[in-house]
Formats: sequence, structure tokens, C-alpha cells
Amino acid sequence: MKKPRRNDFLLIAVLLAAAVGVWAWLYFTRAQSAEVKVTVDGVVYGTYPLDTDTTVRIGDDTSYNVLVIQNGEAWVSEASCPDKICVNKGKIRYDGQSIICLPNNVVIETVGGEAAQEDVVAG
Amino acid sequence: MKAKKKLTTRQLAEYGLLVALAMVLSYVEYLIPFSSAVPGVKLGLANIVVIFALYRLGPGPAAVISFVRVLLMTFMFGNAFALFYSLSGAVLSLTVMLLLKKTGKFSPVGVGAAGGVTHNIGQILCAMVVLETEKLAYYLPVLLVSGTLAGIGIGIVGGILIKRIDPERV
Repeated sequence: MKKPRRNDFLLIAVLLAAAVGVWAWLYFTRAQSAEVKVTVDGVVYGTYPLDTDTTVRIGDDTSYNVLVIQNGEAWVSEASCPDKICVNKGKIRYDGQSIICLPNNVVIETVGGEAAQEDVVAG
Repeated sequence: MKAKKKLTTRQLAEYGLLVALAMVLSYVEYLIPFSSAVPGVKLGLANIVVIFALYRLGPGPAAVISFVRVLLMTFMFGNAFALFYSLSGAVLSLTVMLLLKKTGKFSPVGVGAAGGVTHNIGQILCAMVVLETEKLAYYLPVLLVSGTLAGIGIGIVGGILIKRIDPERV
């Protein structure tokens, strides 16, 4: 079993390189989303286009999340929840991204990418 | 089929033993409370048995043992969909491991790594077809890395077993 060791290393290197390759491919071909959908307690609260700058206050005085849309990106700037995971999550703009606030039961997700979406993965 | 030698009692016992071993390893893995952000990250302990069978008994017995294990585990713990996932992973990984072994250029470590990766790829492809979503490809990079690392470990253990256990002398 000593001779094939070099081939094993090559094979493993190729496999790991493939992983990096797939990751890079997905990263660079991801599609800008058209809008974000806000869901509160499982009910759709509203849908906001990403190309229009706006600020939305979701919730009431005691439990709220402030959604900011600017320059095609969406993020939560302020929230009533104790852990602030939604605020720290940062900005989202691509298909399949989401910001979730469990304490307030708020889900903000990107929807409706451009037509290029179909090409992202052919298998 | 008639031209081939009949299955001897010894072989029958051997296959049965290895299937049982593979099932126990699957079950042990199923018991380990190992959760990950990405579904499908796993060790693939049962592949130790398949690799061992591949080197010590040949491709035919390895395939039989692998498929019987998948079928029985699914009957006991899974459902029809689990069977699809398991089978597609097992078929792809077995085929790749067989081909790599045949080239004679790789040790069980390389064969195991390729087996782990292709098992994950087979399952993801199957899930993409069943669930009709290409979004699952986002899991691929993680599954490629985890499959490689787990496969290396499985290959090392398999290699040791192949060296130490000679069925002709047991």
C-alpha cells in the first residue's frame, strides 16, 4: 500500500479543489434578488422591491424589527429582541438568503431573482 | 449464471456476517447525536465493510453486501424516499470505488475518499430530482469537503482491516 500514496494525495487534492470550484461557481453566479418578502407569525406581512430605498417598521411598540432597504440591499437596523441576531445577520441581496428573528417570529427572505436564476445549477 | 460456481456455504456465511456488520455500523452511526447545519454530513461507517469486501472478496460480493445493507436498513428505519437516496448514493459510490480500485493506482484511502464524496453527490443529485429544486446545490461544497474527510478516515480504517484480516486464513 506504499506506492499509491502520491496518487491518493493527488485524488484528495482534486476532490477538495472541486469543492472550492463548486463554491466559487455558486458564489459568482448567484443572482441579485428582485424583492424581499416579510412574513410575521407565518402570515405574509408585505413584499418590498429591493431597487426602491425604504424603511419599514415591522410590529408594534413593544416588539418590532426595523427593515431598511438601500442600494439593492436589505437589512434589519434595529430590533426589540434581546439577542439581536437579526441585526447582526447583516445585509442580504441574493437569492436564497434570509434574515430570521425568532423572538418576534419574523422572517425576511429574498424572492424573485432575475431570469438568470435558471442557469445557476444544471446538475 | 450456471457456468459460475455456486455460492459455497462459507461464502454465504461470510456475506451474511459482513452485511450484519455493515448494518450494526449504520445503526451505531444513526445513534451518534451528530447534528450539522448541512443535512447529509456523515461518517459513512458502513463503507468500511464495503471497502473491505471490495478488496478482500471482490466487486460482486461488495455490491451484494452494500445493496442488501441498504435494503434492510431502509425496511427497518426508513421509508420509500430514504431508499431512493440511499440507493443512488450507494450505486454511484460503489461504481466509482470499483473503477478506482481497478486502476490499481490508489490505496484504500483514496478509494474511500472518492467513495465518501460520490456517495454524497449521488444523494444530492437524487434529492434535487425528487424535490425538483436546484437550490440544494448550495450544500455541495460542504458535502464535498465532509465526504472527502470522512472518506479518508474510513479508507484508513479499511486499509488496516484489509492488511490484518485475511479471510482465507480466518
